[in-house]
Amino acid sequence: MYADAAFFSLALMDIFIQQIINGLVLGSIYALVALGYTMVYGIMGLINFAHGEVVMIGAMVALAVIRMLLDSGLPGIVIVLIGLAAAVLACMAVGFTIERVAYRPLRHAPRLAPLITAIGVSIVLQNLAMLVWGRNYHAFPPILPSSEHEVLGATITSIQIAIILIAALMMLGLMLLIHRTRLGRAMRATAENPSIAQLMGVDINRIISLTFIIGSALAAVAGLMVSANYSIAHYYMGFTLGLKAFTAAVLGGIGNIAGAMLGGILLGLIESLGAGYIGDLTGGYFGSNYQDVFAFFVLIGVLVFRPSGLIGEKVSERA
Amino acid sequence: MSLIENLRHSRRAAIVATLLLGVLLAVLPFLVGSGLGNSWLRILDFALIYIMLALGLNIVVGFAGLLDLGYIAFYAVGAYLYALLASPHFGLHLPVWLIIPAGAALSGLFGVLLGAPTLRLRGDYLAIVTLGFGEIVRIFLNNLNAPVNITNGPQGISGIDPLRLGAVSLAKPIDLLGLTIPSLHAYYYLFLGLALLIVFITIRLENSRIGRAWVAIREDEIAAKACGINTRNIKLLAFAMGASFGGVAGGLFAGFQAFVSPESFSLMESVMVLCMVVLGGMGNIPGVILGGVLLTILPEVFRHSAGPVQQALFGRVLLDPEALRMLLFGLALIVVMLYRPAGIWPSTTRRREFKGDASARATA
Repeated sequence: MYADAAFFSLALMDIFIQQIINGLVLGSIYALVALGYTMVYGIMGLINFAHGEVVMIGAMVALAVIRMLLDSGLPGIVIVLIGLAAAVLACMAVGFTIERVAYRPLRHAPRLAPLITAIGVSIVLQNLAMLVWGRNYHAFPPILPSSEHEVLGATITSIQIAIILIAALMMLGLMLLIHRTRLGRAMRATAENPSIAQLMGVDINRIISLTFIIGSALAAVAGLMVSANYSIAHYYMGFTLGLKAFTAAVLGGIGNIAGAMLGGILLGLIESLGAGYIGDLTGGYFGSNYQDVFAFFVLIGVLVFRPSGLIGEKVSERA
Repeated sequence: MSLIENLRHSRRAAIVATLLLGVLLAVLPFLVGSGLGNSWLRILDFALIYIMLALGLNIVVGFAGLLDLGYIAFYAVGAYLYALLASPHFGLHLPVWLIIPAGAALSGLFGVLLGAPTLRLRGDYLAIVTLGFGEIVRIFLNNLNAPVNITNGPQGISGIDPLRLGAVSLAKPIDLLGLTIPSLHAYYYLFLGLALLIVFITIRLENSRIGRAWVAIREDEIAAKACGINTRNIKLLAFAMGASFGGVAGGLFAGFQAFVSPESFSLMESVMVLCMVVLGGMGNIPGVILGGVLLTILPEVFRHSAGPVQQALFGRVLLDPEALRMLLFGLALIVVMLYRPAGIWPSTTRRREFKGDASARATA
């Protein structure tokens, strides 16, 4: 009897840890995408609605290149790296173009105008992807060496470990870039006050372009990660992902780099734990199909009680 | 002397223009129906529903300056209320004159529910919370088929009672004084009447004490507060009012379509309605109406031409017409906004404000 109870709680513990692992993987991806939103918002005060579609383009380009190289005889990891490089380059180009075409001409326009062009861009990208790659789901070929590891009774695949590590490394790199380099200082200055940064000799057009390019590169990596993790990619995947990542950025405090990371990880954990336990908590009335709701309830809760996000700066009301 | 003459002249011109517009609106369904066929007549009916929606959202976004990205949720509330109370799903068949106002009231209540916790938020934060709210409503509609089947999940509710005026159902041709009015035409006149009513209400609101309070809040909330405006109540009123228009439009949609499913209430729909408001000219009623008409008709024009034009040019359909039509639509959004950032038909005051307004960012 006693042993049974102990076994039962052990099994529960396993499930708990499994949910944490899934949450961390999901959260790392959200964080990478959220960084793109938050960097652009920090510098321009603009929601880059099309960012989710950049993630999708990254995933699709990577997958297309990987499938092309499948018969080349190269080792799987090399193929994936080539695919990643192609995706990063493609996304950088897309990010740069988006800013040039849809945002730069509207920098001094009414606030909602760039929002509408952003929506236009995301419709264009989505349908362009549909024209190029069709409506079907594309499977990610199993060419990565995947092994399963036991952690405290739960399993984690090598791909998942790689996702968490790469995401952490990229975030560290971004932090260093922003706080330790000349470019980073220029970016921070532009975020603080564009006109004064310009007076100090910062070429803000260049900085804004670079911000988009860096954010899009991160998005490309995130896109490959999503498709590798779920073994699937398709033209509509960017939408929900972008929405969640934006939520994560707001959750952490939009415009704040560390906030985006924290928000991403937290959102991943909340979603995975929430979806895992809602059935038990509500006696089976609500199932994991409500997974997407958590993100938004948490978001509304945070914004109502802490409108500037978890670690965002308090914005004073203008007089 | 000449001034008075001018005034008299312009008034006469206005009367003539109104009369002409009235005649045009009255015969429009017959022109469209015989010239372009019934599918375009349906699109015309939908355009009127979208105009109502856009006018409702215009109160929230255009007048009060509260960016709402989840507006379609109120449309959904109105539509689902109608579907639940007048369909075989629950076996209820309540009369229309009861459901539509109830839908307006319930949507208004939802508007207050959404507004109350978000009053302190501004700009983009408000946008994202309303977006979340819209998604929450849609996800619940999608999943509330178990354990108790309320919304019938993703399959939606079908067989909804048609709209009826008294004992006359609009789903069948109506005989009126020896004239037969086909169903789509009858819907057109009903929607036109309601749309005109909503136009009338919004025009009256715009120039009322409340309307001016909304604009004051949009321009500077703190100053508005200092002037003695109860900003909390006035903002809630904007939410409730906008939402109730959405609820009415939703009820009409359910009755017209005879079918509702969560798919009709996606974020993309909210975005569409917002595009109508912004593209047409935020805060300017004729502009918003124009936006509603354009954005309903434009995708349909692309839909009908994307295939045939390719056929004519290349001899075969090279590109998926559906994707191509949305692609063109996205491009159209971008191009219009680049060349007319204040909208196609902005109000005169706003046009003045936006001239050289480099500090627009500060309002975030």
